[in-house]
Amino acid sequence: MENKGLTKVDLIFESIDIRKVMTKAFEMTSEEIINEILESGLKGRGGAGFPTGLKWKYTAAEKEPEKYIVCNADEGEPGTFKDREILDRVVYKVYGGMAIAGRAMGAKKGFIYLRGEYRFLLPQLFLELHKFHKMISEIGYDFNIEYRMGSGAYICGEESALFESIEGFRGEPRNKPPYPTVSGLFSKPTSINNVETLVTAVMIIDKGAGEYVKLGTKDSRGSKVFSISGDTPIPGIFELELGMTVQEFVNEFGDGDTKAVQVGGASGFCVPRKKFAETIIGFEGVPTGGSMKLFNSSRSMYNVLHNYLDFFTEESCGQCTPCRVGCQQLLKGVEKVKKGEAKSTYLNELVKLADTMKVASKCGLGQSVGNAFKSIVENFREEIIY
Amino acid sequence: MVTLKINDQEVKVAEGTTVLEAAKKLGVIIPTLCNHPDLCVAGNCRVCVVEQKGARTLIAACAMPVSEGMDIHTNSLKVRNARKHIVELLLSEHRADCTKCYKNQKCELQTLANEYSFGEHLFLDLVEGHAYNIDRSSPSFTKDDSKCIRCQRCVRTCAQLQHVSAIAVANKGAHMKISSFHDRPMSHVVCTNCGQCVNRCPTGALTEKTYIDQVWDAIYDKDRHVVVQTAPAVRVALGEDLGYDPGERVTGKMVTALRQLGFDSVLDTDFTADLTIIEEGTELLSRLKKVLVDKDNSTALPMFTSCSPGWIKFIEHKYPDMLPNLSTCKSPQQMFGALAKTFYAKKRNLDPAKVISVSIMPCTAKKYEADRPEMRSSGYKDIDFVLTTRELAVMIKQAGIDFRTLEPSHYDSIMGTSTGAAVIFGATGGVMEAALRTAYELVTGKPVPFKNLNITPVRGMEGVKEATVKIEGTTEEWRFLEGAELKVAIAHGLVNANKVAKAVSSGKASYHFIEIMACPGGCIGGGGQPIPTNAVVRQKRMDAIYSEDMHMDLRKSHENPEVVAIYEEFLEKPNGHKSHELLHTHYVAREAY
Repeated sequence: MENKGLTKVDLIFESIDIRKVMTKAFEMTSEEIINEILESGLKGRGGAGFPTGLKWKYTAAEKEPEKYIVCNADEGEPGTFKDREILDRVVYKVYGGMAIAGRAMGAKKGFIYLRGEYRFLLPQLFLELHKFHKMISEIGYDFNIEYRMGSGAYICGEESALFESIEGFRGEPRNKPPYPTVSGLFSKPTSINNVETLVTAVMIIDKGAGEYVKLGTKDSRGSKVFSISGDTPIPGIFELELGMTVQEFVNEFGDGDTKAVQVGGASGFCVPRKKFAETIIGFEGVPTGGSMKLFNSSRSMYNVLHNYLDFFTEESCGQCTPCRVGCQQLLKGVEKVKKGEAKSTYLNELVKLADTMKVASKCGLGQSVGNAFKSIVENFREEIIY
Repeated sequence: MVTLKINDQEVKVAEGTTVLEAAKKLGVIIPTLCNHPDLCVAGNCRVCVVEQKGARTLIAACAMPVSEGMDIHTNSLKVRNARKHIVELLLSEHRADCTKCYKNQKCELQTLANEYSFGEHLFLDLVEGHAYNIDRSSPSFTKDDSKCIRCQRCVRTCAQLQHVSAIAVANKGAHMKISSFHDRPMSHVVCTNCGQCVNRCPTGALTEKTYIDQVWDAIYDKDRHVVVQTAPAVRVALGEDLGYDPGERVTGKMVTALRQLGFDSVLDTDFTADLTIIEEGTELLSRLKKVLVDKDNSTALPMFTSCSPGWIKFIEHKYPDMLPNLSTCKSPQQMFGALAKTFYAKKRNLDPAKVISVSIMPCTAKKYEADRPEMRSSGYKDIDFVLTTRELAVMIKQAGIDFRTLEPSHYDSIMGTSTGAAVIFGATGGVMEAALRTAYELVTGKPVPFKNLNITPVRGMEGVKEATVKIEGTTEEWRFLEGAELKVAIAHGLVNANKVAKAVSSGKASYHFIEIMACPGGCIGGGGQPIPTNAVVRQKRMDAIYSEDMHMDLRKSHENPEVVAIYEEFLEKPNGHKSHELLHTHYVAREAY
């Protein structure tokens, strides 16, 4: 495995001449734009990591005249707060990414689904949007962006639940296939991308894929914005090149007593101290949408797990059995074991249940509950039992 | 065509076929729960998960379209483990008081539990920790959330088939439940009581409110004279709950069984169905006359039929401005009820206070209809108890009657004679056909110009049907209709009813007469009919209805001798004073949520 070490970079937030980039993109063909993104190796920054170029290519290939670009700004993963910062500081790059995506795929309409709690950002975002619309129409773009507000449900960050929500329905994930690239928002071909992905795409168009691939590893190209919280002397937003180990990360951000790092939020993995050195942060190791939570030895991993399970029990949409009931069983189950009302071996049954949830749940939410559950139970079993 | 392998057997199916359907073709059974052939795919119970070679996760067979080269295994270790977990999870949130449950041995979750969950339960009981609500507010059904497994069949039924959405999903996660507008009781929302959700609920979460014990009490009470009437659609469906295949006509056996149960008189709703045709046909013709001859703008056209209480409640909620378009005729059940405690009691020399009137209906909304305050024209509650087809089957079983060996017998009289026109009330288009058979003949003196009186354009399962009947050769009295083209429409299932009502409301449709039945297929597909009810079953019941019609000696309502007699002896004339007192009603505008 490639190990790039820890390098701080400043690409996402750096100022650029957006008009220049938009003009450059306007002069490129759809194929040129998509190839540039494909060559960059960019993977979605929301956490799932689907290759962005492929998503764009599939959407572009659809014959349907009406298509949509959706920006997923429903940043809800516990411990993630990078999109808020991006929107606050460089939203014009988000808009730019959407318009370029629209041009590449033949879409004229974009929607930004904004987390309900970020409503306070709107006045500034609208101001920027007005300027942006004016600028791109001068260049010749035929693209328009609108905002849609979330209302606090974590599940609405799931792409198809997000579409349902925009369409005015209850936010529940759909069956896949069809995938959004074929039938997404309003049943039209849709490319849905994370805020940071769109900004990165602008960066790639600006600097060229060749420049971009110099950053990161084979499986995890580029840099990424991390939201760092927990037991750290320097919490906050940091842009880092991909490919570092958890150990290198802890050396920089830990408080000297880090016993575990939760990579990727509640739906991510818990990396214990003994695995810090061998674990790469990225798609070859533990992927993350940006959330990095450090825990020192004063923390009870039972409490951490309980908190996550409580969260999922509440935030599951409730539609499918494995997720709706499974979350409750995991939560009640660890409570029983902790209280000594169930044998510690009951944890083994719960681990099997977590495996079932991973393979049988309808969407990514239920499928990822087992990540935190298993990695905490397996690495901190004694803290759950005693 | 797409070729795939299921359990190592190759199968070729059309593109767009689901894995579930492809498996069925091979005779491979994949268990399902949220899936229902009448409804859109949900893919939410996950009971049907199967393994697809190379896929990261298991896939829901009901929701996954086939693709070339798929390699599916439906019974691998991974699948069995997951399926067992899923069934166990469902059981952990389901109040499994099976022996006390109305759906015992008819519950789809119970069937799955039999196959996948025996011995110790794997997981913790989640029922006790929840404050579940049992809603008994509707006179038609009970909604017990502690038995709900959130498959959303009811929600999809209410939205997709009925365009009502009285129930929908509320809350999320552990608190997700099937609820109503503002969590109001079911009696205080747009619910039409049609019972389509009850018919599709896989567990005991939605069940008809049963009045079996009350009926037994009445039967055993020697002071009471208990009359029973049976709706047209019951006789072609009851058999299904008693061991027959769908489509079996069991009219004669049913009559014998009812007599053996101890009813004092076994009578037929078909009698009042014939009477409805006379009353409603007269009403239609008089409306036409008022509009065409008297140029009376206050008379509402088109006229909607009013036999279906689910439809009545629907229009009261959704299109209250069109209530004048509803025929004022009561439904056959309620005409029967009003006459049972007046005409019948008088003829039989009975104290109406001691007559108990029971009806056997394919319908749950009929329970609600009987409870309406308008339905007390006899001075008493016109219909005391309404039982569904399913409840009658339960009573027959309780009484230890071996249904198959029964000798068929005939209905009692009076109010037991009927025609083929009445029995077809049970299928969509039937009321229209019966009305046309009579009205055409009344106006022209000749039978309707269709072979064997079978007016095929108004028959069939199409959601909205339209037909035009040209009236020619009118008699003197009806000369104003000469050459007129009577435009009719028929809709079944409230989603289709809504389409027609919307077209009428917006002035886009120019019909004269519209038949509407709340349930898909009409009463044969009623909410109170045997479970399962689906397209195949509905078609078989419909075929049986028309076959019943063909086997009747009389096939036009106005030729029913008892109908002729009741006008001579009691009612005097159609739409007359007495009719209005007993056989007609009025409607109530209701809130839209």
